[in-house]
Amino acid sequence: MDRRRKPKLAVWKFSSCSGCQLALLNLEDELLQVAGAVDIAYFPEASRAVAKGPYDLSLVEGSITTPHDVERIKDVRRESKYLVAVGACATAGGIQALRNFKDVNEFVSTVYASPEYIETLAKSTPIADHVLVDFELRGCPINKRQLLEVLSAFLHGRRPNTPPHSVCVECKQVGNTCVMVAQGIPCLGPVTHAGCGALCPAYNRGCYGCFGPMETPNPEALSEQWGRLGVGEEEIVRAYRGFNANAEAFRKEGEAREKQDAQS
Amino acid sequence: MPVREDKRGQERVWETRGSLPEPMLPLPFTVRKTRKETHDTYTLELQSESRPGGLAFAAGQFNMLYAFGVGEVPVSISGDPAAPEVLVHTVRAVGPVTRAISGVKPGDMLGVRGPFGTRWPLEDALGSDVVVVAGGIGLAPLRPALYQLFRRRRDYKRVALLYGARSPRDILYRRELGRWDKRPGVDVHVTVDHATEGWGGNEGVVTALIPKVEFDPAATVVMVCGPEIMMRFTVIEFQKRGVPSEKIYISMERNMQCGIGFCGHCQLGPYFVCKDGPVFRFGTIETFFGRREM
Amino acid sequence: MPGPALEPGTQVVMESSDLQKFIDVLWRKGYHVVGPTVRNGVVVYDELKSVTDLPAGWTDEQEGATYRLKKTDGKAFFAYGIGPDSLKKFLHPPVVRLWRARREGAGFQTVEETEEPPKYAFLGVRACDLHAVAAHDRVFTSEEYADPSYARRRRDIFVVAVNCAKAGNTCFCVSMRTGPKATVGFDLALTEILEGERHYFVVEVGSETGAAVLREIPFKEATAAEKSAAERVIAATAGQMRKALDTTNIRELLYDNPEHPFWDEVAERCLTCGNCTMVCPTCFCTAVEDVTDLAGETAERRRHWDSCFTEDFSYLHGGSVRASAKARYRQWMTHKLAAWLDQFGTLGCVGCGRCITWCPVGIDITEQARALRDKGRIERPSVTVGEHASP
Repeated sequence: MDRRRKPKLAVWKFSSCSGCQLALLNLEDELLQVAGAVDIAYFPEASRAVAKGPYDLSLVEGSITTPHDVERIKDVRRESKYLVAVGACATAGGIQALRNFKDVNEFVSTVYASPEYIETLAKSTPIADHVLVDFELRGCPINKRQLLEVLSAFLHGRRPNTPPHSVCVECKQVGNTCVMVAQGIPCLGPVTHAGCGALCPAYNRGCYGCFGPMETPNPEALSEQWGRLGVGEEEIVRAYRGFNANAEAFRKEGEAREKQDAQS
Repeated sequence: MPVREDKRGQERVWETRGSLPEPMLPLPFTVRKTRKETHDTYTLELQSESRPGGLAFAAGQFNMLYAFGVGEVPVSISGDPAAPEVLVHTVRAVGPVTRAISGVKPGDMLGVRGPFGTRWPLEDALGSDVVVVAGGIGLAPLRPALYQLFRRRRDYKRVALLYGARSPRDILYRRELGRWDKRPGVDVHVTVDHATEGWGGNEGVVTALIPKVEFDPAATVVMVCGPEIMMRFTVIEFQKRGVPSEKIYISMERNMQCGIGFCGHCQLGPYFVCKDGPVFRFGTIETFFGRREM
Repeated sequence: MPGPALEPGTQVVMESSDLQKFIDVLWRKGYHVVGPTVRNGVVVYDELKSVTDLPAGWTDEQEGATYRLKKTDGKAFFAYGIGPDSLKKFLHPPVVRLWRARREGAGFQTVEETEEPPKYAFLGVRACDLHAVAAHDRVFTSEEYADPSYARRRRDIFVVAVNCAKAGNTCFCVSMRTGPKATVGFDLALTEILEGERHYFVVEVGSETGAAVLREIPFKEATAAEKSAAERVIAATAGQMRKALDTTNIRELLYDNPEHPFWDEVAERCLTCGNCTMVCPTCFCTAVEDVTDLAGETAERRRHWDSCFTEDFSYLHGGSVRASAKARYRQWMTHKLAAWLDQFGTLGCVGCGRCITWCPVGIDITEQARALRDKGRIERPSVTVGEHASP
């Protein structure tokens, strides 16, 4: 890394709720350090000042849902040396990917008075479906410590410490009680990517899978266990149809259970 | 050394007996010289101000090299064991840490933990023929053994080096190879997988060089280092020619993190590659070597 | 206090009403006392100041993937089976900072972490967990290097064992010859006895340090009747144990069947979530992470628990050596029941059953071992593990 010039950071938004960008603003204590380490060149959510590209690091939030998005993300890629997709929308398609399981034109005609003005794609897809992504930071929303870690890793040329193993490993490391074993609460933790610090189990809730599938998920085996806990197929489908519904492992399990549910 | 009586009289020692007083703590070493070997491989010479004598090491051993703030990786020592005051490492830039290490300049500092692991069987080989077979960057951990073989040339019978690189531009220690080739009593053969224009040498896999050298299968020690698949075929060839598994040595690579058998990452069957290896007698790991996903 | 000579093996009696005094003595002697307590629906190990923190009136029911705490009207302090915690949490903590470094000019300065951990006294440790500590001693202190972090924490511990009065449904220590009676690695070992209105402990002395603590609280010599009451408790526990793992030629069984279709079957159920390795009291694997501040002026290395069920564990040149769930489960089970013997001269399994209870899908290592024995075959009576290359 050239130590004389501060790297230029850009933050881009596609289809999303802006929650992940807020994680950057929520850094509070560290925000000044971030501003000291990088030149925040493009961040409409935080500042109107715009510095032109190219950018050393682009954080991309949101999914691709319109023909315009498809073109714009290509521009972003061209302008960025290093592109990091942040959050469930950018890495999996987000909650809006629920449309992928239905006919989007039906929604458009039901919701909008003048559907002819709406130009949308049939599916909500992650950034990596359209351009090369250098790194994906998971979460809905992303965890601010992990964001800081990614920034720090980028600045110093190292691999970010954002382990892709299960949430269970985090639970055990922080000393949470396993809610599934000790209380029979259905939990997606065993198939979910770590990163949140095992937040929900710490409050006696099952994991909702906000960080998407872990590295080698086995949702089929987990669903069977959920079945033994008395969870019906429909509920299982709903569990996988969350913020990461379109992530491959979750999508496939949801579809498989939907089929079984329809047959039963 | 404090010894405590364990419950029921078991004696336990709570302090390190190894050569490193603080095995987890990298020692600062200053980069004295760097040399670009190939398009992606660099040789570094390091020295420690706090340890002017350097680190005594044996041919085949490795160190954990730490780039400040980036991370640590195992790298074999490629210098001369007779000159330990200069620590020599040859590093191929393949990941973030090796890239950071390859990018150092004279005056920069790296952290060093080691040396760790087992050695090439230079003592066992006394009085025997020795065939050294290297693939790609695998020549680096064998170079200290070659230095020692050359120094005590008369204590060994025939000595041969077979070296295979991917392409001519991937050949390591090119000038030194030329010098070794001219040495009397050392049979050096080099081959490349893919020849490019201007290459007048051998083309093909390194095992194809074996028929070019003479050795007595009943009194030969073979030392092999390279990609696992290359080592597998090399071992098979020597076994076919009657060299017993006990006389074939290979150097293994796994995800070493601590270097001293605590982290568990480098296990191969019952062995910790960091401390039971990296140099193994082939007969020792035969059961576990080359098995898928072992 | 005058009384019987307190030597290793001596048995005395302490009334349950003196347990608080006992805890107080340990604190007074500078120990940080850790014992069982109920939290969040499970029995965990935590700081223990008062007998009222102990799980009196609680027991548990455990099966594969199931743990349920049950209220009883009993008075016993230690009528519960082991929870997810073991001493590993204290002696080999989940996250440890190894050192810090600061940039200085073109170089840097490292500072090793030397913070003195508390001097722990553990109350209520079961026999299986004592064997686990002995196993960790071999891993971390018996070779050329001693792990400084482990050695610092382990060196001065005081251990009060409790002989199990109940076998859990996932326990199999009898078959592993690691329990239910504590036989090694304790300073004092208690057997809790309730006879009508009387509630007392038969205390076995394990070390001079243990005797010294005992001398500061009221005790009396154990009668033959009291001693045999203690023996009956232990015998009853052993008799209750349903699960067993046959260790005959277990090492050969595992080494000889690495490609058996059996592994594919278990891989279908395995979540590769790593829970078994986290709760296992002997699993010791760790990973390091190197971190920096944003400015790149300070760096540190942390070591945290890792699991052979993760992809990164066997990472090499851009991929994982053990990419499949099959290979990871095989590695774990083969390590526990075969490689440990070669590496440390002991099995890596102490029969505590935690991996069965806390596996979210209830994979049972005893059933897996049985299935492999039924289906697999042993080719050689004994595997010769060759000698290592000269170090």
